[in-house]
Amino acid sequence: MPRYQGLPASPGIAIGPALIYRTEKVAFTEDRVDDPRIEWRLLEQAIRKAHTQLTALEERARKVAGEEEAAIFEAHRLFLDDEELLEKLRTLVLEERLNAKAAVHHAFEQYAEALLALEEEYFQARAQDLRDVAQRVMRCLEGDGEEERLENSADPIILVAEDLTPSDTIRFDREQILGIVTVRGGPTSHTAILARAMGVPAVVSTPFDLNDIRSGTLAILNGSSGTFNVGPTLHELEVARREKEEWDARRRAELSQAEQPAITRDGAFRAEVVANIGSVEDAEQAIRFAAEGVGLFRTEFLYLQRSSMPSLADQVRAYRRVFEVMGERPVVVRTLDIGGDKEVPYLGTEKEPNPFLGWRAIRMIRERPDVLENQFSALLQAAGQVTAEGVRCDLRIMLPMVSSVAEVERAREIYEEAWAALQAEGKPLPEKVQFGIMVEVPSAALLADHFAPLVDFFSIGTNDLTQYTLAVDRTNERVSVLASPYHPAVLRLIEMTIGAAHAHGKWVGLCGELAGDPLAVPLLVGLHLDEFSMAPSSIPTIKDLIRRWTLPACEEVARQCLQFSLAADVIEYLKSQTPR
Amino acid sequence: MISTTITIDHPAGLHARPAAQFVKTAARFPCKISVRKVNSEKPPANAKSPLSVLTLGVNQGDAVEIIAEGEQAQAAVEALVELVKSNFGETAPTHS
Repeated sequence: MPRYQGLPASPGIAIGPALIYRTEKVAFTEDRVDDPRIEWRLLEQAIRKAHTQLTALEERARKVAGEEEAAIFEAHRLFLDDEELLEKLRTLVLEERLNAKAAVHHAFEQYAEALLALEEEYFQARAQDLRDVAQRVMRCLEGDGEEERLENSADPIILVAEDLTPSDTIRFDREQILGIVTVRGGPTSHTAILARAMGVPAVVSTPFDLNDIRSGTLAILNGSSGTFNVGPTLHELEVARREKEEWDARRRAELSQAEQPAITRDGAFRAEVVANIGSVEDAEQAIRFAAEGVGLFRTEFLYLQRSSMPSLADQVRAYRRVFEVMGERPVVVRTLDIGGDKEVPYLGTEKEPNPFLGWRAIRMIRERPDVLENQFSALLQAAGQVTAEGVRCDLRIMLPMVSSVAEVERAREIYEEAWAALQAEGKPLPEKVQFGIMVEVPSAALLADHFAPLVDFFSIGTNDLTQYTLAVDRTNERVSVLASPYHPAVLRLIEMTIGAAHAHGKWVGLCGELAGDPLAVPLLVGLHLDEFSMAPSSIPTIKDLIRRWTLPACEEVARQCLQFSLAADVIEYLKSQTPR
Repeated sequence: MISTTITIDHPAGLHARPAAQFVKTAARFPCKISVRKVNSEKPPANAKSPLSVLTLGVNQGDAVEIIAEGEQAQAAVEALVELVKSNFGETAPTHS
């Protein structure tokens, strides 16, 4: 029976009937109608119906997903009210005697094309929205009600689709969806994010043809390994049921204990387990999974998909929202980490042959000190405002891709200036702010003893540290297999970094994939890592594992790992270890 | 006919929220109002139509001409200029 391998997007196991969900385009022919006035009346009715549907969707989105999702449907509704668009439709039907569906197609498509010609991502997305609305009006013309298919399926199902749009995902009832599998979309797609928020297993980017699967066929979906098995054998089914029971039981236990601190069984070591986030929604999710704080707040979202610098007011607003969600828990904010791999014209990034060795992150400081100054100022203002309102916000600022002590010194000057400027203006400031760096370039790890006196903390970015230490381009498939954070060379750099920081009384976090990998837990505890930062949904699992070990056993594991010369040996050894 | 030229300073240009605010303000007046992107070959757009304003593709720093004709034309242009000058009701980035 077919087994497909996709990308894991939301962990867990689902067993149940597949439901093929198609969002086919409405077919239409172009005709001249005999009575344009009747045609126009039908079109007006369809538009009103689409309007009502969108209002209902907006309400539902507000309830189940929040303001941001609701705004999508509000924008759709505004398009339907557009007087130029309506005028265009009226002309096409009443004067050119075009049938309603063709008129809708032409009128909407004209604007969609105009938007697509503007090239920026913002307009591309609006063009998609417009086409989405056109399809909705056409379906209303067909007399098709809101696609009832999902609401009608009484039994819970595994949703199988090409891809899902916001309008699709929002109609799902959590109770009816066992899992989601899509042909397209990546781990950061709308589908993946929503699935994780709902706690439903999901696999995306799965190579299958929708026509090869029939609705109702029993299927197994494993959102942790990324497999999708259609029509499994009895044996496979039995294995999957057992795995599911184990997974569910374990997850329940982890979640029920999630709020407990991560202290080793012998009480000798406590790790702080925190979240990596990139938005306010992520922060809310972090709280749901009992994160003790944020170990990495990526701020690139503020700068991407726009044509000019975000205003200070925009930045302050975005940071405030995260600080308000996190309250007095620590929030480590990474300053802008963008380079030649992303096109951001207003920052002056250019296509470079080696963007990860190029003009990026803290290296912008010489040419564009204003970007960093702005960001420092916005962070301090946001933290100051929240503090003034009575929440003692624990802001920690972190510089990415530091390779030289001079960069830290210069950044610190800019930071002090930003602080002094706000003070002079009489703006409220936070009580305390920590200042740290990411250790992701080998030079920073090797000179950690020189960096330590200049900062309050280090955070090790193992993804980049691995890539730079092993000279492996992670995005190059022919060599990416060589990029293992378990490589003993990387492990030694981690050990050096932690050792140097502790010698100076500073704390160390780790915010790469390694921190959320269950395999690495005894190794990192053994190295006395202070803070583990990971995807929010991994937090309960890692906390649970830390609580199963004792510190001396972990120290022994770490010692062993550092003796090996091959990543494969380290991994094999770690796999053989059980909590003790 | 009343017309005036003004530069859009908002970082989002005339898209997203600023575009919506602009259209909402224009819709309050009975007169015909159009907006044209200066130094562009695009024809003037109906200021009361979000799609038309959006497809002009006005970015931060672009100058636009606002043209009103008919009842309350003067008041309409003044209201739109006021909106643009107030940075669409947002506090302007004043930090030095």
